[in-house]
Amino acid sequence: MYDPAAGDGTLTAPYVLEYTYRRSLGPVIGRFLTGLRDGKIEGIRTPAGQVLVPPTEYDPHTGEPLTDFVEVGQSGVVTTWAWIAEPRPGQPLARPFAWALIRLDGADTALLHAVDAPGPEHMRSGMRVTVRWRAERVGGIGDIACFEPEPVR
Amino acid sequence: MSEPVRRIKAPVRLAFEINAGHALTGFLRAIAEGRFLGQRCVSCHKVYVPPRGVCPTCGLLLGEEVPVADTGTLTTFCTVNVPYEGQTMKLPYVYGSILLDGADIPFPHLVQGLPVPEVRMGLRLKAVWAPPAERKPTMESILWFSPTGEPDAPFASYQEHL
Repeated sequence: MYDPAAGDGTLTAPYVLEYTYRRSLGPVIGRFLTGLRDGKIEGIRTPAGQVLVPPTEYDPHTGEPLTDFVEVGQSGVVTTWAWIAEPRPGQPLARPFAWALIRLDGADTALLHAVDAPGPEHMRSGMRVTVRWRAERVGGIGDIACFEPEPVR
Repeated sequence: MSEPVRRIKAPVRLAFEINAGHALTGFLRAIAEGRFLGQRCVSCHKVYVPPRGVCPTCGLLLGEEVPVADTGTLTTFCTVNVPYEGQTMKLPYVYGSILLDGADIPFPHLVQGLPVPEVRMGLRLKAVWAPPAERKPTMESILWFSPTGEPDAPFASYQEHL
């Protein structure tokens, strides 16, 4: 196996693969991101009454097209999480944070986002978190800067 | 409210550090000196340029390093007419497979020095090297290949190497 510390005289070089994709969003994710830009979080209701956040274009169980948007809460519950001790460039936060699945109030599914907690000892499944909006929003998932632990009352 | 959001930028970026390995390192160091180095398979005796360390046909470690000429024959080519991100050559231009004299697999590089419509299979070419002070162990040390002026190579001389 290659060991860069071995100093065996072989050449190494940076190698960057980059694709500058632009993605068209369609009616559902387009509306979801428009909502984020305008400071609200919208999910979509299935005929069975489930609210999906983020919304999907089709019912994952029946395949039926979905159109019934509903606004959900801006706070919710962490269902699972993973601590990121060394954030990478381009991640939501430059300091250590948690990736978490967050089920917002009024939603039945969970949204993946970052939680800005002081350390992993402050994270647990079932904890409540609330959205921290970015000041300048453009219509992207990054319009939510992150979630933060809700103050305990 | 302003316009609905219809698209997002979704770039993908993977930053690697790539290691050339022993065989390619030898090749690249030779390139920096203005020469080509291949490797011969001990079993099928084919000469691979650039060397890969292992013969893809026989599955054996390639042993002997073999100097290869910087002249060769254009086996196949394509003309690039479509602009793309990061493009540096003036359109249209030709990217070809060049069978170097002494090698058994063609080597991809730019073909310059003649009008695009005159580029053809069998064209004899020679590497145009960057000035010695500017050569590094990278493919940019070869600027491109240009015609030698020799008569075209007969198809039979490269038909097994397409």
